[in-house]
Amino acid sequence: MDNLLKTTCLHDLHVELHAKMSPFAGYDMPIQYSGIIDEHNAVRHAAGVFDVSHMGEIFISGPDAESFVNHIFTNDVRPMKPGEILYGMMLYSDGGTVDDLLVYRETEPQHFLLVVNAANIDKDYTWMLEQADGFNVKIDNQSDAWGQIAVQGPEAEKAVCGRLGFPEAAALTFYTFLDATRDDSRVIVSRTGYTGEDGFEIYAKPELIRQYWQELMAAGVKPCGLGCRDTLRFEAGMPLYGDELTADISPVMAGLSMFCKLDKPEFIGKDALVAQKENGVARKLVGIELADKAVPRHGYPVELEDGTEVGVVTTGYHSISLEKSICFALVDSAYAALGTQLRVRVRKNTFPGTVVKKRFYQTNYKK
Amino acid sequence: MSKIAEGLLYSESHEWVKVDGNVAIIGVSDFAQSEMGDITYVEMPDVDDEVTAGEDFGALESVKTSSELIAPVSGKVVARNDALEDQPELINEDAYEAWIIKVEMSDPAELDALLNASAYANVAE
Repeated sequence: MDNLLKTTCLHDLHVELHAKMSPFAGYDMPIQYSGIIDEHNAVRHAAGVFDVSHMGEIFISGPDAESFVNHIFTNDVRPMKPGEILYGMMLYSDGGTVDDLLVYRETEPQHFLLVVNAANIDKDYTWMLEQADGFNVKIDNQSDAWGQIAVQGPEAEKAVCGRLGFPEAAALTFYTFLDATRDDSRVIVSRTGYTGEDGFEIYAKPELIRQYWQELMAAGVKPCGLGCRDTLRFEAGMPLYGDELTADISPVMAGLSMFCKLDKPEFIGKDALVAQKENGVARKLVGIELADKAVPRHGYPVELEDGTEVGVVTTGYHSISLEKSICFALVDSAYAALGTQLRVRVRKNTFPGTVVKKRFYQTNYKK
Repeated sequence: MSKIAEGLLYSESHEWVKVDGNVAIIGVSDFAQSEMGDITYVEMPDVDDEVTAGEDFGALESVKTSSELIAPVSGKVVARNDALEDQPELINEDAYEAWIIKVEMSDPAELDALLNASAYANVAE
């Protein structure tokens, strides 16, 4: 028997809106409603809402919770105050990436919420259990109990603080969160997102998530699917696990070592990262901007003028907001310097491009 | 359900052909544009280029994906729809209005291998 697709608590509402649905991470998810370009622009210029209920929520608690999280996580949770959030990775001991994730420090001491990629929930949970030997911790995978939506864009604050009734969320700064009680249940509102715009992610029980979604629809917030979720995060320079971070791509290779605190006494993968920083890495992730309209896509080769293959595109689009063809690519380190001239092979032809900074779009976070 | 225009011939790879004397006017079906999503770029041959039935003569790029255009007939390109350079979305707006190339056919018998509207309906769903 085939594995049946899972559905989120909003599935029937997407179908009602005639969303184009497609399997993603074992879920039947909306890819687009009105069109990727329309939805992308709504997030950049007004407000859009994403169903991200498929993401994972794993709660860590117990006397050793902080030291356990700091053992498996590359960033340093020790200085975090309650209500703060950090981005980072979990690594294998060779420095390859298990997942990238957000860590929320809860108000109650020794309590953390780890938010992980949908495609990696089972893998991450198993990994955490395996690494917990000798730590007095409880690892509680609550992913199925929580729904989640992301409201993103310059008008997200009006929608979340006004329409959805969280006026206290207006005071949140980027990468902080609040706890609220609604309908006898816990709601978490964080000022986080995956688009490069100001916005909020709301975690709640399914019934409330449905209610919030309906209210946002009534308020004219644009329903947005996974299609524009990818175009938005890419323009803003953010990696997607599976493309820019994998078991074979470390944060040092991906240019994300600022999220790996090597001055921590230890964490899984630290020694490998230290060695990578000292000895260099064979390949690095760069941004490339093409002069032409040809679209560099995942898997397309990156070459030198003479045809030597020196890399591969990991994500690429003709950017909706910037109106130019851009991509991330993993290239031999010798060709990773800003300004390097490379070529991308698009079907039968190659097109000239320049290595540029990965944050293509000027982000609008509420810092 | 996508629209299928009567009076046109279709290929299994979702191109349509309108026969105008010895010239084949070629575009892509409503099903094709709907599957692609917002089309952002149309790669087309130049006038006087040769195309060969069954081989690619260009490509459509949408946000998410690219798709090769397969020539339904062989011949010489006598016109290309330059409007699609700046407005590729014309194909999304009306796939049967937004022709891509016109080909002077070298072997009109190749038309016999194409599908009529009702046969294409079985392919496009």
